[in-house]
Amino acid sequence: MNVFMLMLPGIAVLALVGLGAFRWALKSGQFEDPKGAAARILEESDHPG
Amino acid sequence: MTAIAPGCPSGLSLSATATPAQDPSAFVAQKDGVKSLDLIVKGARCGGCLSKIESNVGRLPGIRLARLNLSSGRLRVEWAGQLKPHAIVETVSDLGYGVTAFDPGKVDVEDARTERRLITALTIAGVGTAAVMFMSEPLWFGSDLPADMRNILRWLSAAVAIPVAIISGQPFFSSALASIRARRLNMDVPVSLAVILALALSLYETSVGGQHAFFDASVMLLFFLLIGRVLDARLRRRAYAAANELASLQTATATRLGLNGRAEAVRASDIRPGDILLVAAGERLAIDAEIISGESDVDLRLVTGEVEPMATITGQTLHAGAVNLSAPIQVRALAAANDSLMADVARLLEAGEQKKSGYRRLADKAAELYVPQVHATAALGFVGWLMFGATAAQAAYVAVTVLIITCPCALALAAPLVQVVAAGRLFREGIFLSSGDALERLAAIDHVVLDKTGTLTLGDPVLSNMSEDARRALTHAAMLARASHHPFSRALVKVAGAGPVAEVIREIPGQGVTGTIEGRRAKIGSASFLGAMAGGGSELWFAFEGEAPTPFHFDDAIRPEAAETIAKLKAMGIEVELLSGDGAERVARAAEAAGIQQWTARATPQSKAAHVKALEASGQKILMVGDGLNDAGALAGAHASIAPGGAVDVSRLASDCVFSGDSLRAIAITVITARAARARMRENFAFAALYNIVVVPVALAGWVTPLIAAVAMSASSAVVTLNALRMAGPRRSSQGGMP
Repeated sequence: MNVFMLMLPGIAVLALVGLGAFRWALKSGQFEDPKGAAARILEESDHPG
Repeated sequence: MTAIAPGCPSGLSLSATATPAQDPSAFVAQKDGVKSLDLIVKGARCGGCLSKIESNVGRLPGIRLARLNLSSGRLRVEWAGQLKPHAIVETVSDLGYGVTAFDPGKVDVEDARTERRLITALTIAGVGTAAVMFMSEPLWFGSDLPADMRNILRWLSAAVAIPVAIISGQPFFSSALASIRARRLNMDVPVSLAVILALALSLYETSVGGQHAFFDASVMLLFFLLIGRVLDARLRRRAYAAANELASLQTATATRLGLNGRAEAVRASDIRPGDILLVAAGERLAIDAEIISGESDVDLRLVTGEVEPMATITGQTLHAGAVNLSAPIQVRALAAANDSLMADVARLLEAGEQKKSGYRRLADKAAELYVPQVHATAALGFVGWLMFGATAAQAAYVAVTVLIITCPCALALAAPLVQVVAAGRLFREGIFLSSGDALERLAAIDHVVLDKTGTLTLGDPVLSNMSEDARRALTHAAMLARASHHPFSRALVKVAGAGPVAEVIREIPGQGVTGTIEGRRAKIGSASFLGAMAGGGSELWFAFEGEAPTPFHFDDAIRPEAAETIAKLKAMGIEVELLSGDGAERVARAAEAAGIQQWTARATPQSKAAHVKALEASGQKILMVGDGLNDAGALAGAHASIAPGGAVDVSRLASDCVFSGDSLRAIAITVITARAARARMRENFAFAALYNIVVVPVALAGWVTPLIAAVAMSASSAVVTLNALRMAGPRRSSQGGMP
């Protein structure tokens, strides 16, 4: 019972962290260009942008 | 090093997708000294293209940012200083990519915001559902759970579910309110009611330590429905953006002459009535205008459907879509042309719109049947249980379980999911739907009316059946033709290829071109210009001075796969006919080539619309396919309509769907997909009805527990979703498709 009461706030915090991380990813444009992101990691980045 | 995928433009060969670069300066935005420009880049597919474009543009002086979005094909460039925007466009186009400036517009931004809000709501509902499910599990299966434990889990579920439902249910609540205010019932009314009542009942049960709580079911309901909403919003935005890009490939800019006589490039949307515009040879008019000086001839095939160009006179009104051919002219922009043609088109459009707004969607019909029945059943259950001696709380429990378990889920997802999948499939074929219910109307058609010029045909003439004489004269004729924007001249040059141009060129509007080739005077033009006997049909004559003229004949080329498409439509039991504003001879020839028996020539905008109306009145469902201003009334008045990508704005807006690319196959694909979509939708509605027939008695008997509700809800949604996905078909590669 006591263990249970300890876990619940932990779960709530974890859920909120996940939600926050997703919101951040969405806001920072991580899903705007999936194809470009896949191509970019293979390129040398010596140009602006 | 960068690797170039096969098929990517190399910069050495001219890209087939490359469009002539227009002046992009009208699209430059400026903020705090930093200028920015958005461009659509065609043909960029791989990492090599990406780095090539970004690094080459990045090397231009003053560039702050050059970022290409490979998924959408959009390039954003920001710079400071005196760099000419044209240099950016040229840099990209020299690499072999097609490039067009465009205006991202307000709608685009707003749609993106709506989609983001829906995704946020979906995430919150998803996390909330998971959390509530997690706490519900012991409640479902732990029959030996101590009472205090049960209470804690219930209150915790409530603490999660209520705020989650309030936040993520917003799209449904507001839509339901709007629908009630408009005194109509849509699917969001029962959804909102079920969620709110379920939460209220659960809260009551929890506070009195009752049997069951439905916190899990209510957030799960929202989660499932939001998935459908997000898909729908995303697809609509993509289709809108693609159609918008098609539009921006048409006339987007014009050249305005200022008071000081200086020419500046302006966006078509920035032109004010009274502005004086300079229209170069080969340019398409973006707005209605009146000619004030200059002599030329204009190509009116997008306006009237006639292939033969017309000589202009000063003071004449030209409609948007007219293409100036031989010489620059100055025009004065009009607010909107109010001559007889335009007034007629406007009236026909209005009549068509009224008819379409009367159309009731399948989903609305289902909602109007479903909502009163379910609500009456729930009310009946409540009264019934009260009469048989149950407490108010018990009776309310039964009524709410009826509302929850009849699960508007399956019904609410039935149509949108199918529409999303079908529209996605069409999208990959380069066909863009204007709305979801367009599919339902496209599925119902049994008679296709085709316009000829620009619809059945490509709209550009091609050189046909060349005689020996013509073959010999081609090289010399092409030297004159290269100097002209006349469609016949361009068709001739297409066959002859690149090469030298004659000297001392002079173009006489409406007649032809003269010039000097190897020291000899030569002429190309109409039969009367060369003093030849006109042979009828579309022809161009060429002669050296003092020699007998040689004719070149032209045909209006039929779109690829036209005959196959028409055969296919006929095999599906659909009648096909041709309705054109062009002359009888040309219409008959095109009809024969495409395998169409029934044709009408010399149709006016009014007669086109009247013809469609008469057919509709006889009980047939018409699919109108057309591109010109003269088709707009018929497009709006028909049961469903399709326009090719090159259509004038009015016609494109009046249509249910727009296809890119040359092939006429798009029509057959659209109709087949629409019919498949309608079949899936009907199956889904039938399934939802069947499901309700089974579960309503269970709910009325009071046997529904939260576990049963959760399982039934997920299972019915899954069945509807899987059925919709059945029509997704094999995924085509995105290469070569629209961005």
